[in-house]
Amino acid sequence: MITIVDSGGANLASIQFALNRLGVMALLSANADAIKKSSHVIIPGVGSAESAMRRLKANSLIPVLQSLTQPVLGICLGMQILFDFSEEGNVDCLGLFAGRVRKIPSNNDQLIVPHMGWNTIKITQSNLLLKEVPDDSYAYFVHSYAAPVGKCTLASTCYGEDFSAAVANANFYGVQFHPERSSAIGSVILKNFLEL
Amino acid sequence: MLAKRIIPCLDVRNGMVVKGVQFRDHQVMGDILEYAQYYRDTGADELVFYDITASTDGRILDKQWISKVAQVLDIPFCVAGGIRTINEARAVLNSGADKISINSPALENPQLVSELANEFGSQCVVVGIDSHENNNDYYVYQYTGDIKKTRATQRRTIDWAIEVQNLGAGEIVLNCMNQDGVKNGYDVQQLAMLREVVHVPLIASGGAGQKRHFREVFREAKVDGALAASVFHSISIAIPDLKNYLRLENIEVRS
Repeated sequence: MITIVDSGGANLASIQFALNRLGVMALLSANADAIKKSSHVIIPGVGSAESAMRRLKANSLIPVLQSLTQPVLGICLGMQILFDFSEEGNVDCLGLFAGRVRKIPSNNDQLIVPHMGWNTIKITQSNLLLKEVPDDSYAYFVHSYAAPVGKCTLASTCYGEDFSAAVANANFYGVQFHPERSSAIGSVILKNFLEL
Repeated sequence: MLAKRIIPCLDVRNGMVVKGVQFRDHQVMGDILEYAQYYRDTGADELVFYDITASTDGRILDKQWISKVAQVLDIPFCVAGGIRTINEARAVLNSGADKISINSPALENPQLVSELANEFGSQCVVVGIDSHENNNDYYVYQYTGDIKKTRATQRRTIDWAIEVQNLGAGEIVLNCMNQDGVKNGYDVQQLAMLREVVHVPLIASGGAGQKRHFREVFREAKVDGALAASVFHSISIAIPDLKNYLRLENIEVRS
């Protein structure tokens, strides 16, 4: 069973539908046992880092998510909260990746924020998550905060400066873009994740 | 590099795609799902579905088609028309839409923009502005879905754009009514003026007739996306051709 962690927000249907298109069903749940028993866990991105961490805490899910050993994929904000800390609300996050998530600098309004639309990903490290994904593929992004490039970075994207577009550390994976809305490439990445 | 977005807009009435000229004389064009799949497969970067009857009728949007569209689309889409409460917005987003766009209800109650941004995040709150030239300035129009109810407001377009941005709008779609449906090109001058003050994504709407109109609006008004309806629906401009053309003109588009 694949579980999408129910973070209490709207807009989770598109991930479910994307998985359905791959022929798999996903459970939407905030139940610790259901999450622990899943073969794959997806942490979606809804709202702000501060509100997401507050909801995980309210559902006692922080230690549960930190101790998972099966493949876990954070999407957008779901990737950001895998890091140590987010400046969005100045909140401690799950600490599964080293680094701070920072606001994208608008360079005195020269750069449009949020970073919204299709941008290219530069693959910097080969990983099964990005199997058969060509370098410079376009993916769909919507975000105002971003994680730095580090040794866990699989792919980076440049918007004003380089940030992590995809990361991996042991069984934990994250993508800043929305694979469920990134056309055929997004579908390949979701499929790769399910095959991990 | 961030690509410029090509955004077909589908006007929806009673579950069918329709098209009118200058907001009048709506004519049935076809089935929503067929259009959605066609645009998904021909390289549209995003779709906007606009329920042109909802806002003026005070009706609540029928959500079933939204979920069906969300099931087939693997690109983002936005739903506009008649969303005037947090709960209506939530229902649309829960059905699978990526963004909601509000227009007349924001004019009735500007706080709605902040409430939606606080609840769902700015990134899914789009404000549509219908703008018309009057006495060498641009003013916002309201209830443009119905010619009998359409009226000018006292708000200058530039003031309203700044206000909604400050309230938390994550994207602004400027529909230049003078140009709408007449295919003489986007209102580059007005869009460039707005670009100076709009620091969230700005989308041009109204007036696309030829491929060069897209080049002009991207290059001269520096908008993030260009929205069009009839030129795409009639295939007088095919999106793959348009993107090839823009690429040769050194404008970044998604391949």
